[in-house]
Amino acid sequence: MIDVLYFAWVRERIGTPRETVETQAATVAELVDELRAREERYQAAFADLSALRVAVDQDLTDFDAPLSGAREVAFFPPMTGG
Amino acid sequence: MAVRVQSEPFDLGAEANAFAAAQGGGMGAIVTFTGVVRDVAGGLDAMEIEHYPGMTERALEQIEAQARDRWGLGDVLILHRYGRMRADEMIMMVATSSRHRKDAFEAAEFLMDYLKSRAPFWKKEYTAEGAGWVAARDEDEDALNRW
Repeated sequence: MIDVLYFAWVRERIGTPRETVETQAATVAELVDELRAREERYQAAFADLSALRVAVDQDLTDFDAPLSGAREVAFFPPMTGG
Repeated sequence: MAVRVQSEPFDLGAEANAFAAAQGGGMGAIVTFTGVVRDVAGGLDAMEIEHYPGMTERALEQIEAQARDRWGLGDVLILHRYGRMRADEMIMMVATSSRHRKDAFEAAEFLMDYLKSRAPFWKKEYTAEGAGWVAARDEDEDALNRW
């Protein structure tokens, strides 16, 4: 079980800010593949991974990152603070 | 040392004075920077800033720690708002202190460059034509390369 969080337009496309996912995915990329296979709204959100950033347990990382022991994965567009 | 993430407006003068008053001896330079909501195209009704509670504070603290490693700083304040605001409202501020001005100026610029594209905030603009997410700019990413 892993908490998956979405922010900004990723949240809007998927239609929820957070969900708990039952997964055996070993990496972020595998989790993305599982989500894409679910429904069209996930395909829309994950259509272009170069437009997305990912954090595992609140640290920025990349799509190859392992998920072993992770509690929280977040997907979002490039950040626009300041 | 302080990172604050809040929805409420802040009083720039009061924050700057409190920051200055809290400095120990020997801090000859205090730099502050303030970011303000811009109505770029005209007709901005509101700007909404979303963030990632928990990660936001963590990312800002990491950015502050990097700045402290690189420059001789007395104190650092990073204050960033989230939620809905209007044009000309203050979004965020940083303050740095150091013995001489170079460290405080450079660290403030470094903090700004990093928090623009490494702290989890996202801006959405509301106008009469509708709403849209502000796209990250390549220049902001490029700005990190100079450090």
